[in-house]
Amino acid sequence: MLKINNLHAQVEDKEILKGINLEVKAGEVHAIMGPNGAGKSTLASVIAGKEEFEVTKGDVVLDGENLEEDSPEERAHKGVFLSFQYPVEIPGVSVTNFVKTAINESRKARGEEDMPAKDMLKLIREKSDLLEIDRKFLSRSLNEGFSGGEKKRNEIFQMAMLEPKLAILDETDSGLDIDALRIVANGVNKLKSKDNAVIVITHYQRLLDYIVPDYVHVLHNGKIVKSGTKELALELEEKGYDWLKNETIES
Amino acid sequence: MDLKEKLVSSFLVFEDNIDVDNDVHDIRSKAIKNFEAKGFPSKKEEAWKYTSLNSLQKIDFSLFPKKESAIEYKDVKKYFLHEIDTYKIVFIDGIYSSYLSETTHDGVDICLMSAALTKPMYKPVIDVYFNKVASKDESLTTLNTAFSKEGAYIYIPKNKAPKKPVEIIHFSTGNEAALLLQPRNLIVVEENAELQVIERHQSLTTNDTFTNSVTEIFADKNAIVDYYKLQNDANTASLIDNTYTDQKDTSIVSVHTFSFGGKLTRNNLNFYQNGERIDSVMKGVTILGEKQHVDHHTLVHHIEPNCESHQDYKGIYGEKSTGVFNGKIIVDKIAQKTNAFQKNNNILISDKATINSKPQLEIFADDVKCSHGCTIGQLDEDALFYLQSRGIPKKEAQALLMYAFANNVLESVKIPELKTRINKLIANKLGVRLGFDL
Repeated sequence: MLKINNLHAQVEDKEILKGINLEVKAGEVHAIMGPNGAGKSTLASVIAGKEEFEVTKGDVVLDGENLEEDSPEERAHKGVFLSFQYPVEIPGVSVTNFVKTAINESRKARGEEDMPAKDMLKLIREKSDLLEIDRKFLSRSLNEGFSGGEKKRNEIFQMAMLEPKLAILDETDSGLDIDALRIVANGVNKLKSKDNAVIVITHYQRLLDYIVPDYVHVLHNGKIVKSGTKELALELEEKGYDWLKNETIES
Repeated sequence: MDLKEKLVSSFLVFEDNIDVDNDVHDIRSKAIKNFEAKGFPSKKEEAWKYTSLNSLQKIDFSLFPKKESAIEYKDVKKYFLHEIDTYKIVFIDGIYSSYLSETTHDGVDICLMSAALTKPMYKPVIDVYFNKVASKDESLTTLNTAFSKEGAYIYIPKNKAPKKPVEIIHFSTGNEAALLLQPRNLIVVEENAELQVIERHQSLTTNDTFTNSVTEIFADKNAIVDYYKLQNDANTASLIDNTYTDQKDTSIVSVHTFSFGGKLTRNNLNFYQNGERIDSVMKGVTILGEKQHVDHHTLVHHIEPNCESHQDYKGIYGEKSTGVFNGKIIVDKIAQKTNAFQKNNNILISDKATINSKPQLEIFADDVKCSHGCTIGQLDEDALFYLQSRGIPKKEAQALLMYAFANNVLESVKIPELKTRINKLIANKLGVRLGFDL
């Protein structure tokens, strides 16, 4: 589904990604771990098409299609979803209205009609139940005055509504207490299917107890320095990142 | 003949049609002398540095419309807040339209200035309030005072609140090639009384209209007044709005100014706090394009201790539009424990748009909290990316962010139907299909 080949990216002449190779197949969950400043969030932003980052080499291919020329919204229309570490507050636009707009924009891009109001309502009900979201919450202004946990839950709610092919969860576990973490992870697990894929970006192993990855990659200094199965995450938890840094230097 | 000369010389004609043997006319006579001495303000004056009245003075305005025009309600329905029941004081080319209006004397007086200025029963109120807070030397105010004759008169006695909001609407029809209007409003809200007013000026023509309006608002102890000014006029219409507010103990007066159109709009908003624990609220949303110009000049004079003032003005300027915000706060030496807040945030969405923003704080007390902040910027890139990543195209995303930026000023609008209306106006103005009902 997703193929990243020798990806180099920079911001203001500072190279952050230094040759990333990654292949994610439909039905898989990949975890990307690594210390602060390794380039994890940059990788997520580059896949989603943030213009601030300049891709200098390599490419991102989704279902055989090079995304290089695509704007963030075009990538979204093709099924890429990025759950933000710091979702933006939009006063005056309710969660419901925002999600409706997002869904209908994607439909428009695919040449489809707006989703009928009845279907939309049904979908909202179904997905908000899945994430144990109070209906009152949905009429509040998007992210305005939300707690950290509410913001993250709202991100996954939007993901559930948009049903992306490829979901990237950027530090979705940060700021979540254990109950919220369980609800969010449960939501993600229920949305998983053989046709979609998830990339979980996280600093800690904790989230991976709930969203169990098929593969774990360690990002360090703009490169994937080690890949393995879920056991790698446990090993990292135990030993920290330093042993890997040393290992990389040795190898 | 230039406009000033024309105005001064026509004062005699004006006098022919009114009763000149009373106190009010003494006030008018003094005012015209004052205007004659001062004339229109020029750009040399600091307060008029960024707003020029030169081009307006070159237009040959009719001062007294010759004939009455009729308007069908269905043709102007959209300019009314027709979703709800309201009292209405409507003028067509400066002349009262009883057909479009709905006034009342049921416990409160919501009627005409022309009646209040001439009928003996109103004299006690006129004697106490007329021209008492309006400036005696600001030239445009004195010009209005000189020709004061018609407008809205609202008197809410102690402990009363009208059943519904009051709409004051001025239509101009283009019957005259160019028309100058000078409405004069007097609003008195006594102790514990409440009032909501919506004011708009609407030109129905491409002929020039120039309105020089003066409104005096008196809020007695514990009174609550909410005033909404909706400025979305044609590109041939100019408005100078001079509003003066006198507040007594624990009163709350808010003025919301929504400036979405017009050729030249100048809002002179003056608050005088003559009591303690007063709250004065000034909010504004300005969204301009083309070559539109809006100038917000606010003044809050904290005269007594323990009072508050809150100002929040947001502006979005596109194309070749220009904006001015000048917020003056005076805190007298005696006015300790004053809390005065002022915010003016602007977004420029065109290289050719301009905003001049200037806070002016004159603080003579030492135990006060005063803050002011002014920003001029572009849209936040991270926020834009967030919206785009959800599939919302860049243009729509920009509009949505501008909508959100302007929106929080609306929170304090107390009439839900008005809030919805303004929400829609903002969305339309920003040219966005938000994809949902607001």
